[in-house]
Amino acid sequence: MAGHDDEHLLHNEIKLLGVLGWVEYRLPIFNWINNAVGTNYPTPKNVNYFWNFGSLAGIALVIQILTGIVLAAHYVPTADGAFASVERIMRDVNYGWLFRYAHANGASLFFAVVYIHLFRNLYYGSYKYPRELLWWLGLIMLILMITTAFMGYVLPWGQMSYWGATVITNLFGAMPIIGDELLLWLWGGFTVGEVLLRGFYSLHYLLAFVIAGLAIVHIWALHQHRSNNPLGIDIKGPQDILPFHPYFTVKDLFGFGIYLIVFALLVFYAPNMLGEPDNYIPADPLQTPAHIVPEWYLLPFYAILRAVPDKLGGVIALALALLVLFAVPWLDTSKVRSARFRPIYKQLFWIFLADVLILGWVGGSPPEGMFITIGQLATVYYFVHFLVLLPIVGKLESPTPLPDSIATAVLEENKRKKARKLPQVGVAPSASHGASSGGGH
Amino acid sequence: MRRLVGVALLLAALAPAAVHAADEADPPKRVQWSFDGLFGTFDLPAARRGLQVYLDSCGTCHSLRFVAYRNLLEIGLTGDEAKAIAASHEVRDGPDETGAYFMRPAGLADRFVPPFANEQAARFANGGAYPPDLSLMYKARLRGADYVYSLLTGYGDPSPDVEFAPGMNYNRYFPGRQIAMPQPLLDGMVQYADGTPATVDQMARDVLQFLAWAAEPYLPVRHRMGLGVLVYLLLLTGLLYAVKRAVWRDQH
Ligand code: HEC
Ligand code: HEM
Repeated sequence: MAGHDDEHLLHNEIKLLGVLGWVEYRLPIFNWINNAVGTNYPTPKNVNYFWNFGSLAGIALVIQILTGIVLAAHYVPTADGAFASVERIMRDVNYGWLFRYAHANGASLFFAVVYIHLFRNLYYGSYKYPRELLWWLGLIMLILMITTAFMGYVLPWGQMSYWGATVITNLFGAMPIIGDELLLWLWGGFTVGEVLLRGFYSLHYLLAFVIAGLAIVHIWALHQHRSNNPLGIDIKGPQDILPFHPYFTVKDLFGFGIYLIVFALLVFYAPNMLGEPDNYIPADPLQTPAHIVPEWYLLPFYAILRAVPDKLGGVIALALALLVLFAVPWLDTSKVRSARFRPIYKQLFWIFLADVLILGWVGGSPPEGMFITIGQLATVYYFVHFLVLLPIVGKLESPTPLPDSIATAVLEENKRKKARKLPQVGVAPSASHGASSGGGH
Repeated sequence: MRRLVGVALLLAALAPAAVHAADEADPPKRVQWSFDGLFGTFDLPAARRGLQVYLDSCGTCHSLRFVAYRNLLEIGLTGDEAKAIAASHEVRDGPDETGAYFMRPAGLADRFVPPFANEQAARFANGGAYPPDLSLMYKARLRGADYVYSLLTGYGDPSPDVEFAPGMNYNRYFPGRQIAMPQPLLDGMVQYADGTPATVDQMARDVLQFLAWAAEPYLPVRHRMGLGVLVYLLLLTGLLYAVKRAVWRDQH
């Protein structure tokens, strides 16, 4: 149990004099920051590089908002003007191409980062007690991200924008009884058109800030019980932790560097690699493209949607595929968090990841022949994983023994590493100082 | 298990191939373009030759609505040359002080004047088919430069058993292998000022330099800037890694 006797893991309050002290006395902002991401926030010392992806998601969101604000200053949300205004941004606005390519590829990388973040949580069982709400907040952000990205993709008003919007909004027409009315309201007319475009523009702008607000609540919830870690065991004392600053600030900054390199490679050298060429053709309500496909990050969901032959059924499957994730903290009956100590779950994790990739592959292929069968099998497995395997495995599997504490596991690990290094190097290892080495007491 | 993930990734990578196997067209030829790669940039003399091909051939059917005549200075035309090209087309302007609309020769600030007044006129002149705008063609098809090059050089005689719709032409790279566009390039159809022999292949390569530029005029800046940004980021990230090692030294 994560008791709250860990209140005093660190004692790094900052004392300020002069003007800063004057401010701090009235608004304790400096200690607030220091408690959040500074020397007074304890982090398990053993978290690995997969723990970089949360802060990377934050950076990705900031990049989306900043580039988006610039684009919004030049974008024209009309059926006649949208496509041309985007081209004007690309050609006539100073570095407009940079902002647009950064925004488009930034969305892709944002999803890549959040998906890795999510699978990290599945692997290390980070969604379990007491982090269920934290997990939920993440999922709500994910759903908002999907919505925001979908609406954003409609804005350039190319062929894929238009037909993507048509396919997806039509799903709402499948709702029993209210379907037709709902569709009419959504479209503001009898087809996808300018009214919808303006509405999407407004919401696209808004939702990013809703996500930003939720991200703050997400981190609030995170800080209540701190980060999980690759061992999945709780922090037991000061020897298990390191202050966030400087250890994790510098580690996160290094992560940003790697992220920006990948980002730059995409933006400067392959800006259209992840996009659909068809979206450089202006929207044409009279000509349906041969294959209507969403962006890569929505393909698994698209496959689930199409796996059910009935339209309403597909929508329900899609909704359930997202909703089932909310139940995962309770569907997983194992008390052990980390897959490292769960021999069977570990296998299932990789099979599930493969299943999602297969769904993505099917989602990007034409819905014919073997793709239909594969898509249906993969969809069934998606639900079997959560609804059948997860509850059963938690009961049947015998986990391997957990280490006593994070600190002992880290010491063991370091000893093993040094034993491997020592014979060749012949330098005496400096002793491990444990938790307090980073900040003064 | 990781192997399973590997297989799934591979399948995902093959997905586009699977999609296009369904079309009966041949896959486009592979061409080395000067604008590909980290240091890639346009071959400006070729782009200027391509402009000539565009003006003599493509531009009689296709519009180029996102490119302005002033942009031609970027591929090395003089202001007078660009003005002369603009002035050979008329645009509607007005109202003047009497409130009347009038026609005047196009100027540098105008965008390329389309060959037809509207889509209906374009279709009427092309047997019902619509010649799409070419400003973004380079990006609007998969492997755009390779594809359009292949299309322009892909005309030929069909095998005898092919059924032909009236007004259609055989082209092995067009989906369905029948295209409404008549073969737009014929050997020696333009006279290049720089003496380059105007073969179909040469003209196709040249016009693609022009069309790639028309679609991504900022490509050279993008590549140059990218190099600077990457060098900077690599140094910065290396530095951050060193700092990280130093900070974490007492923990290992
Ligand atoms: C005589 C009129 C004419 C000329 C000249 C012409 N085209 Fe076309 N082009 C067309 C028509 C008509 C179509 C539509 C074809 C169809 O849909 O079957 C077309 C289609 C195209 C396409 C689209 C193919 C696709 O994948 O949809 C490209 C690219 C193209 N033309 C490039 C060119 C280039 C480059 C030139 C100059 C070298 C050129 N055209 C000259 C009439 C013309
Ligand atoms: C806008 C998107 C998101 C942002 C900005 C964000 C940000 C963060 C940050 C900074 C952390 C702490 C660092 C870390 O542990 O990696 C974190 C942790 C966490 N996030 Fe997110 N996140 C986002 C989306 C999600 C999503 C989609 C989920 C789940 C579906 C999720 C679930 C979690 C969980 C469970 C933790 C605690 C994990 C742990 O410490 O082991 N997050 N998030």
